[in-house]
Amino acid sequence: MSDTLLKPSAASPATRILKDVLRSRELAVAVVLVLLVAATTVKSDAFLFGATGWRDLLLTPSMLVLLAVGQTAVIITRNVDLSVGSTLGLTAYLTGRLFIDTGLPIIAVVLAGVLMGAVLGLVNGVLVAFGRVPALVITLGTMYIYRGIFLTWAGSDRINADDMPRDFRNLGTDSILGIPILTIVALVVLGLVGYYLRTARGGRELYAIGSDPDAAKLYGLPVTRRILFAFVLSGALAGLAGVVSAARFGTVSSSVGSGIELEAVGAAVIGGVAIFGGSGTVWGAALGAFLLVTINRSLPVLGISDFWQQAVVGLLIVGAIVLDRVLVRRQERALIAAREHGPDTPSAGPGGPPALAPIVPGGPATDETTSETSDEEAVR
Amino acid sequence: MSTLIDHSDAQAQAPRSYAAYSRPFWQRVVLSREFAVVALLIAAIVYSRSQVDYFDGPQTMYYLFRDSASILLLALPMTAIIITGEIDLSVASTVGLTSVAFGMLHSDAGFSITVAALLAILIGAVCGAFNGFLVAYVGLPSIAVTIGTMALFRGIAAGLLGTESRTDFPDSWTDLAKERIFEDQPYPMILIPFVVLAIAFALLLHFSPFGRGVFEIGLNDEAAHFTGVDVARTKAMLFVLAGAVAGFVGIYTTLVTGVARAENSVGLELQVIAAVLLGGVSIFGGKGALHGVIAGVLLIGVIQRAMLLNGQTINIINIVIGVLLVLSVMSTSLLAGARHLVAASKGARTSGRTSDSAGKRSLS
Repeated sequence: MSDTLLKPSAASPATRILKDVLRSRELAVAVVLVLLVAATTVKSDAFLFGATGWRDLLLTPSMLVLLAVGQTAVIITRNVDLSVGSTLGLTAYLTGRLFIDTGLPIIAVVLAGVLMGAVLGLVNGVLVAFGRVPALVITLGTMYIYRGIFLTWAGSDRINADDMPRDFRNLGTDSILGIPILTIVALVVLGLVGYYLRTARGGRELYAIGSDPDAAKLYGLPVTRRILFAFVLSGALAGLAGVVSAARFGTVSSSVGSGIELEAVGAAVIGGVAIFGGSGTVWGAALGAFLLVTINRSLPVLGISDFWQQAVVGLLIVGAIVLDRVLVRRQERALIAAREHGPDTPSAGPGGPPALAPIVPGGPATDETTSETSDEEAVR
Repeated sequence: MSTLIDHSDAQAQAPRSYAAYSRPFWQRVVLSREFAVVALLIAAIVYSRSQVDYFDGPQTMYYLFRDSASILLLALPMTAIIITGEIDLSVASTVGLTSVAFGMLHSDAGFSITVAALLAILIGAVCGAFNGFLVAYVGLPSIAVTIGTMALFRGIAAGLLGTESRTDFPDSWTDLAKERIFEDQPYPMILIPFVVLAIAFALLLHFSPFGRGVFEIGLNDEAAHFTGVDVARTKAMLFVLAGAVAGFVGIYTTLVTGVARAENSVGLELQVIAAVLLGGVSIFGGKGALHGVIAGVLLIGVIQRAMLLNGQTINIINIVIGVLLVLSVMSTSLLAGARHLVAASKGARTSGRTSDSAGKRSLS
């Protein structure tokens, strides 16, 4: 038993959190993001200090952050949601339609959008959880279905800025204390979901399910219910993103949200969310989303034709997963070394000092294993 | 403990599914998933010919094959890749990149069109090799790698050509891409390379040791490794093949549309994957057959064309395809569930085929 249980850390909680942060994958992405913004600002002051620079920097990623947060919850359970782009388009159009056809107050329209997204997510969740079919296939199907419904409903119709109330469109441009309202919305959602995943029982169980679905089932976790929840969350956030997109752009055309599902998955992957589940954080995914969007905007400023931006994004994604692999290997070697030499001589080991070992993408993965082990031990 | 792990089921299952192979050959063929797709395709053709105006017209078959050609070709290597339990989301981007490379090598670099075509296929193969290296030798998940290279390859294509395009191809080549094999028959020229490739892939996948290895990897890659299958090399080769075929499709797309540009075939990867899965290939790996996939691609093509002729919009058609895809993959587990119920009601004899739903690993 003493082999599997870790000794309580002697460090104070504050030091431990500080250490966790310093070693985290999220910090690495954040540093890249800051360097990118700094380099671009050196080249052109307006990028950060211009009239719209600061605002755009915060505002543009807000839509993708919402999607990336939802996607993270789904990917952690070892699933994926490819239908979010279509859901986004559908709710963006619903938002416009509700303003045109009914006199509903803005808050009711926003809620209707979120609810619509949640229902579409529930459909995905039911099909995945009860059909016992991989989410990749199901959401590929619903991606076609939802987009088909959207385009059939919308026809050649296009919703223009004049169709929506001024107050609603102001949501897309106004800011509080220099921070755009839509960014605040995205950050609040990020904080809530992040807190839930990190601390709540349900959130921790999502990680457990993704780490080992069979074990989670045997252990008695409510796997079906949790997976349903993850898909409903992803759908609801895609719905909110649809509302946000309507507010931000003021128009809804048939191409809204097409292709954005892969950007959302890409943002999560760059942010250290493991595609095979069980590890990663929404903070990382959100930083990944910020990085993706900011690269798009800064490349032209840096003098690189923006035609190359997609290639840079692709290189980032490939680089991020290769880095993950390297770090995981290093940790494995360090753990083997630590086991062979006993826990008290941690510095001995060929794969570098184990003190470096926990630089694993998504710290929770390690938290997960230890907490799970101790739980099981406690039960026995 | 027995309430937690149903060992009785697993043990009863093994001899049962082994015994299933004693069924007569015709039963194995007729009761297969692929046969259901083929039957569905025949039914769709018969129905469309009798009920849809102009479906049996002289042009229909020609356009049906011409529009499905890219998906038909790309589905061949994709079938093998999905059978190994991997996936390739980057094929359509490789088509875009090779299309751009083909155009630029011919127009800007001044290579003869034959050399440009060969180089384009080579570039496609290199793209595939890059995927294959990362997936097979570095051991990265293919879905993540190919999401990355999907953006990367498309990005390089866009970076090279921007929104420009290259159109100066010799008429003899563009005409060749559009011509029919026989003057008075509706079969486009592209069917010749397709049939050749389809036979080659069928031999490789279903009648060669390499193909057995592909299926084995999909069922259990560790077991495959211990029986002497070079898992990494097999996977890497499949990705290279996928890249090379994508290169060929890049040339075909360029010639048949007459335009080399970065946006060629955007979004095609998901259509290819949808068709392959509709054709009965299991996303868990280890299961599937080429004739089912070809029938699956043609089924989508027939439905699209029939509905278009019937005056439906492409949006309704996409809904139908999505529903079809969901139903087809759900059918496996629904049938398994039904069989399980039947078996449970019979008592001791438990159902044989629940392996799909209990899948050894779920690809997302």
